[in-house]
Amino acid sequence: MAAPAIELRGISKRFGPVVANDRVDLVVEAGTIHGIVGENGAGKSTLMNILYGYHRADAGAIRIDGVPTRIARPIDAIRAGIGMVHQHFMLVATFTVLENLLLGAEGGPLLAAGAARLRAELARIGREHGLDVDPDARVGDLPVGLQQRVEILKALCRGARVLILDEPTGVLTPQEADELFRILAALRAQGRTVLLVTHKLREIMAVTDRVSVMRGGRMVAHRRTAETSREELAELMVGRKIQLRPDKRPVRPGRPVLTVRDLEVADDRGVRRVKGVSFEVRAGEIVGIAGVAGNGQSELLEAIAGIRSADRGEILIAGRPVRGASNARPRGVGHVPEDRLRMGLVGHLPASENAILGYHRRRDYVAHGLLRRGRIVDTCAGWLERYDIRPRAPLMPALAFSGGNQQKLVVARELEHDPELILAGQPTRGVDIGAIEFIHGRLLAMRDAGKAVLLVSVELDEILALSDRVLVMFDGRIVGELAAEEADERRIGLLMAGIAAEAA
Amino acid sequence: MDAIWLQTLLLADSTVRLATPLVFCALAGLLSERAGVVNIALEGKMLGGAFAAAAAAAVTGSAWIGLLAACTFACALALLHGFATITHRGEQVVSGVAINIVVAGLGPTLADAWFGQAGRIPLPGSDARFAPIELPGAGGAPAIPVLGPLYAEVVSGHNLLVYLAVAAVPTVAWILAKTRFGLRLRAVGESPEAVDTAGIGVEALRYAALLSAGLLCGLAGAYLSIAQNAGFIRDMTAGKGFLALAALIFGKWRPVPAVLACLLFAFADAAQVRLQGTPLPFVGTVPTQAIQALPYLLTLLLLAGFVGRAVAPRALGRPYVKDR
Repeated sequence: MAAPAIELRGISKRFGPVVANDRVDLVVEAGTIHGIVGENGAGKSTLMNILYGYHRADAGAIRIDGVPTRIARPIDAIRAGIGMVHQHFMLVATFTVLENLLLGAEGGPLLAAGAARLRAELARIGREHGLDVDPDARVGDLPVGLQQRVEILKALCRGARVLILDEPTGVLTPQEADELFRILAALRAQGRTVLLVTHKLREIMAVTDRVSVMRGGRMVAHRRTAETSREELAELMVGRKIQLRPDKRPVRPGRPVLTVRDLEVADDRGVRRVKGVSFEVRAGEIVGIAGVAGNGQSELLEAIAGIRSADRGEILIAGRPVRGASNARPRGVGHVPEDRLRMGLVGHLPASENAILGYHRRRDYVAHGLLRRGRIVDTCAGWLERYDIRPRAPLMPALAFSGGNQQKLVVARELEHDPELILAGQPTRGVDIGAIEFIHGRLLAMRDAGKAVLLVSVELDEILALSDRVLVMFDGRIVGELAAEEADERRIGLLMAGIAAEAA
Repeated sequence: MDAIWLQTLLLADSTVRLATPLVFCALAGLLSERAGVVNIALEGKMLGGAFAAAAAAAVTGSAWIGLLAACTFACALALLHGFATITHRGEQVVSGVAINIVVAGLGPTLADAWFGQAGRIPLPGSDARFAPIELPGAGGAPAIPVLGPLYAEVVSGHNLLVYLAVAAVPTVAWILAKTRFGLRLRAVGESPEAVDTAGIGVEALRYAALLSAGLLCGLAGAYLSIAQNAGFIRDMTAGKGFLALAALIFGKWRPVPAVLACLLFAFADAAQVRLQGTPLPFVGTVPTQAIQALPYLLTLLLLAGFVGRAVAPRALGRPYVKDR
């Protein structure tokens, strides 16, 4: 039998007091797609960054194709035939595609010869793999799906035989993700090895041959994908039994809390994205809005939250119109925005101050025009405890928390100020399973307490798990409404793709 | 007609002379800022270069040794700047200002100690300076109408460093656009993590950028003390480093627009000298101070109103720290 493509033995790495990797072993057979799953902070990215030479291991050994290899810097990994697509793309946004590919592979002190060679190489790879990209397009102008393709091309142009992808689908639409998986399968067919790091079990089951599970910096299990299940992997990741689908009590909708009539909304460039949408959300129900990203859901949500003005139509909360976010909030609108870092948090402010943003005028937090610091910190500390946000450090800047913990902080703020209507935009984007279970549980608890919840998500699983009614948006319109009982993946999928309701 | 043409040519001639140190410094700023290091220390590095050039030229009597000393000292200051900001990831503006302050004090103090001339360094003879170079045919050129005087007055008759500055503009632009070093330099100012993961060392690259900037600052300094003037005096850079930085921003960190901005500032300065004491129509004689403020007013106006959105290199001012 041929030597494995990658063999890691006893890899350990500490960041200060934090043990990111603890004596990790991993064997990856050549010509396979090998998945690595684990919750956020389990040490997956650190392990991959060590393999790529971006971080240096404190201890352990690496063998590539059976040969002991010292990887101290990225250049060592590149020479050993390893390429990596990082979670945050390592691209120069102001450069063209070709310039990005040239960087580090110039082939001489002058660019002209290397550029001509790469252009030809790019055309060849494009033909072979169906990976077409305009070499003269500015990378910053490309959609994320194409930017990721540039990252893959970067690795292939340097002759990578092993390709590491760190959370590659977090930023992709379902279609883009499918396209990516097609590319990965094609690479495997050529005998290349793919390491896929993710926390999405659906992806693991769909494309990998084998899977390794990490938890708390350790490798806890290795499985053949065909011989395992989502339930088993989820349990291994979290370390306890996990419910992938929450229990729901029967719905008892009350009076309408949110009424939207004939709403039209334009995006920043003035393009009409919401084209005459009407619906209602009642107390005690969760209404899910499904749809492929970019079909007007974001603009709809922002208009209801009062942070984007509508061109036409009405938004009524408890029967009265809203004007702007400052008007919506005191009327009991909690908003978990889609992009937590850009809109949900002020990164450099401590968790405690983030926990009261937008509610900072409330009596609980202000006395004589001054913030009641002690009280605010205590309140926040309580939420960190209840929502299991780690570390329990109310004075730590929001940026320093991991993505899942940041999201829980936003959710805590929006749910704990007693809202009547909750607007939840991608509430579990980039969040690990344990936190998803928790956030879903909290949203259902709000519903059972008689609150109205509007959920916007591109994750079909999430829509199906939570919604009492599902509205499907396509091209700015609501193209179908399904009750929870009649909603399934196939029906919603067809509506999302813009195929008429009758056909579904 | 001829008199007006001659006046215009004289104005153009002094514009070129005044623009030379600005052009060197703006290019220096360009190299370091496109690599992600804010270079507010252009002023100090240029002043250091001026001091070293004058001191070395005064002692040896050779302009060439003066030039070498200027570049060496300015590069040493660049290394110091790099040690603080690249190796130790210090604040770039603060360490730059520190360099400005240290040099402003050190120059006159050392000059006083070594030459005993109240902080000045006069040059001994003409060999210690770069003399004007008469280009071929400049002597007979004024006889040719219109273009002849242009050649004789504006193109010919400058010292070596002026021509070096002219050559530096396309050279720097070419290096940035067409060479491996230029590509990497532009990349490290936008996205150091992309450079790092492409297998290129970020620190060495930024040091190289700062050193090339130091070299150009040295040229600017040498021009001031051993080419344009004959010796070193306290604060002889008079804010030109900051003006060059403003030109760089006005030119949106691109070589040609930045150099055009330098020419504009130099023109305002040249016009200012000519306007002093000259009565203007309807206004009469304007106080000298008001006229001297012209280039700076122009800077303010341009930076406030006409720049549009200047998009700085994305990693400018940010020391590179690997994220976890």
